Amino acid sequence: MGEEMSSKPYIREISKTNWFYGQPRYMRYMAREVTCIFIFAYTFLLIWALRALANGPEAYQAFLAALNSPLGILFNLAVLVGVVYHSISWFSLTPQAMPLQRGEEFVPGNLIIGAHYGGWAVVSLIVLFLGV
Amino acid sequence: MAKSNKPIVWGLFAAGGTITAFLLPVVVLLTLFAALGMTPDLFTYEYLHAFAANWLGKLVIFGVIFLSLWHAAHRLRITMHDFGLRQDLWIATTVYVLAALGTIMTFFYLLRI
Amino acid sequence: MSERQIQLEVLRYNPETDSEPRLQTYSVPCLNEWVVLDALNYVKDNLDTTLSYRWSCHMAVCGSCGMMINGEPKLACKAFIREYADQIRVEPLANFPIERDLVTAVEDFIAKLASVKPYLIPKEDKPIEAGEFKQTPTELKKYKQYTLCINCMLCYAACPQYGLVPEFLGPAAIALAHRYNQDSRDGGRDQRQEVIASHEGVWECSFVGACSEVCPKHVDPAGALQQVKIASTIDWYKEHLMPWVKK
Repeated sequence: MGEEMSSKPYIREISKTNWFYGQPRYMRYMAREVTCIFIFAYTFLLIWALRALANGPEAYQAFLAALNSPLGILFNLAVLVGVVYHSISWFSLTPQAMPLQRGEEFVPGNLIIGAHYGGWAVVSLIVLFLGV
Repeated sequence: MAKSNKPIVWGLFAAGGTITAFLLPVVVLLTLFAALGMTPDLFTYEYLHAFAANWLGKLVIFGVIFLSLWHAAHRLRITMHDFGLRQDLWIATTVYVLAALGTIMTFFYLLRI
Repeated sequence: MSERQIQLEVLRYNPETDSEPRLQTYSVPCLNEWVVLDALNYVKDNLDTTLSYRWSCHMAVCGSCGMMINGEPKLACKAFIREYADQIRVEPLANFPIERDLVTAVEDFIAKLASVKPYLIPKEDKPIEAGEFKQTPTELKKYKQYTLCINCMLCYAACPQYGLVPEFLGPAAIALAHRYNQDSRDGGRDQRQEVIASHEGVWECSFVGACSEVCPKHVDPAGALQQVKIASTIDWYKEHLMPWVKK
């Protein structure tokens, strides 16, 4: 009887391509993961800017002129949404990845997230102050 | 079971994820202004050139672009797998070669400034 | 006492006669304070003695009655009927082969759990006369939450990576390895790292985080796995870039 019991276990197949579809928990994860596409594309925009910068003032003006276009605006808007989502999702995971034990107790997660948001605000303000 | 060598790229992924989370939103906001025709000081030729001419500025620019590239490349590799593309060797090679190319380009452009 | 008629849709699979599972609906008069496990017990006692499922303690301690309830991994003894509509679907835990009805084959998990050596490996042998291994409350607190794991496997059912890459060691096993690695009395980390720092170990995790969301004991396996990744990364850089730093 023993061998009959486990004779034919049934295996439920999972779709390799759309396992996340329609599952809010997995959809949120995928949204977080695809932010990398925006970041990847944007770093190449920065590299393009560096190249123009190295090639002199005319080349750089041409780069700015190319950027100043509907496509440039759309691209930057899309990337902005992507990177902000990246920042929020990244900071929200920090208490799990880097818990802090003070004395016996652990520092509450919201405090760790809050500290990251504070740092984010400071960094952003410094860049705005120096860059505008 | 042998220990994995994933930590090389994961370390860069994690460091890059942190630096991009802190820094990129405001930088993208500035390039968005530039795209709208209101170029902020940082992205004018004179200012950016002066910043990149300084060795400390070079180091900052290189660090940010290098880590962003490797963060995004590694996460893209995982994302491809999540979308069901299982040719991991090819995908990994492609994204890491792109990141390496970006790194080399950044390095040489900075040297020329 | 208020009573409500629930349509309980239960996945049925008989390996001797069925080529694939089917759903069978039972109409169950449920009391307000019942959990899904009570409804299943009602079916077994009054409607259909052939229904197979695992359960034991009825109080979220034994970890036997994990199943998918309306698609979500839950302990049937902790899922209150009053929190559901009149129709409830009950299926065996996702990502595991179905043995019969709601019973899954769990050998894979058991083997993985054993492979991480989830027990204390003392730094040095100490004769019993030398007394116990002492620990401060702070040292205990460091890993305490992981000791609450009841091996119910809900985290494996929630983890898409385990479903897609069956070789993956998975959340609970790695979290328990981390539990012992974090224990001040333990000296077995090097042995466990050989398993959990491998490809099939922590590196198959992409931090979906579902494991921690479904854990009925509020353990945070996802957090444990990220901490293992950070520690393993530091190990790697030390071993390869600073080989003169000996452990």
